[in-house]
Amino acid sequence: MAGGQERVLRRRIRSVESTKKITRAMELIAGSRIVRAQHAITAARPYVAKMSEVVGHLAASPDSAGHPLFRSASDTRSVAIVTIAADRGLAGGYNANVIRATERLAAEHRSASRQVRMVTVGRKTTNYFRHRRADILFSLTGRSDRPTYGDAREVVGALVAAFESGDVDRIDLVYTRFLSMGSQAVTVRQLVPIMAPATEEHAAGQLPTAYEFEPEPSEILERLLPSWLEAEVLAALLEAAASEHASRQRAMKAATDNADELIKTLRRVMNRARQDAITTEIMEIVGGAEALRVVPSVDAGSYNETYQPMSESA
Amino acid sequence: MATTELDLVTPDATLYSGSAEMVVCKSVDGEIAFLADHMPYIGALDPCVVRVVGPGGGTDEVRVAVRSGFVEVKDNRVIMLADVALRADQIDVAAVTQEEAEATQRAAALPEPSAAADREVKWAQARLELARLT
Repeated sequence: MAGGQERVLRRRIRSVESTKKITRAMELIAGSRIVRAQHAITAARPYVAKMSEVVGHLAASPDSAGHPLFRSASDTRSVAIVTIAADRGLAGGYNANVIRATERLAAEHRSASRQVRMVTVGRKTTNYFRHRRADILFSLTGRSDRPTYGDAREVVGALVAAFESGDVDRIDLVYTRFLSMGSQAVTVRQLVPIMAPATEEHAAGQLPTAYEFEPEPSEILERLLPSWLEAEVLAALLEAAASEHASRQRAMKAATDNADELIKTLRRVMNRARQDAITTEIMEIVGGAEALRVVPSVDAGSYNETYQPMSESA
Repeated sequence: MATTELDLVTPDATLYSGSAEMVVCKSVDGEIAFLADHMPYIGALDPCVVRVVGPGGGTDEVRVAVRSGFVEVKDNRVIMLADVALRADQIDVAAVTQEEAEATQRAAALPEPSAAADREVKWAQARLELARLT
């Protein structure tokens, strides 16, 4: 009956309102974390940039030719894919996009008959690939929203061990780049072997700089590999964290807006239901009163006169 | 006096960016100082105290303890990449003293010398040295 319907609607509105409070809080939290994540990116950027500059110079030097780090990838047999996403959901398509890109890359490698191993960062990707029985080398969970250099080092430790023992001869990275507040893009990159960036000297046709090395170039490369990977992975982790917060903020803003819309609609329906209930009730009372009054004088004309104005005002 | 451009960066922050008269650090083969127009050089750093003498000369000096990293010199520009670098006021002397004792013990207990264990000892010593200097 009508009163029951109103109660049901009121309960639904209350539930949507509390959901809205949650999504609004998550939106605000994500918003405040983006700022912090952006600061972290800015702080790490010089280190990462300078590191790739040094690696670029080293790659261009004749002493480093032939090192496995710079070897061309024609005979790759086994690939490690580092895939970085979030620990938690409710971030729109953030996790799904990374997983889709990773699956596509893995399929590509498999069709070229390369073995695929995974290094997963974030609970969502870890669970996804574990469930599908992927060959997981290492996984890092619980730190996706505020990664540190130590986290990067943990990930790289596993990668370097696999690379140096020859289990893996190529390392790919899948993560979400933070382009701006409004746009993030899933990015796939080959980390190792290092694609030697064309330095200015190459472009200008000059001779590469003759460096003095301390210790030997090969030893430096051996030490530089983990540091360089750490810098690259750290940059990716930080960008992914900022992207995660941005995606979550957007998703939660949409959810909050949706809740607002839903509350508005529900309230309208509820008010109509209440009006209906009141009208019905008044009609019942009037009907009852009329029925009582009608008993002494059965005059059709006076009945109509008293009844009609009431029905209009209801 | 002629100066060289120096960038001393860690993953967390840029510690120094500007001109310097002299940069002193320790590579795996020993202490090395860079003055203006040093020849091209790439080296791996040992845990050490890095001293940067600023353009103002003698007293204008910045000191940090560096855990490990790399240094590249090219075209009168020094790039120093450190994975961890601490200023003197960031060092807890009591804690590091204990850490040094433990690291030394651990290194001595190993059946054969290990570079990683040695580095831990040196890193603790470098931090203590920096704390003493200040």
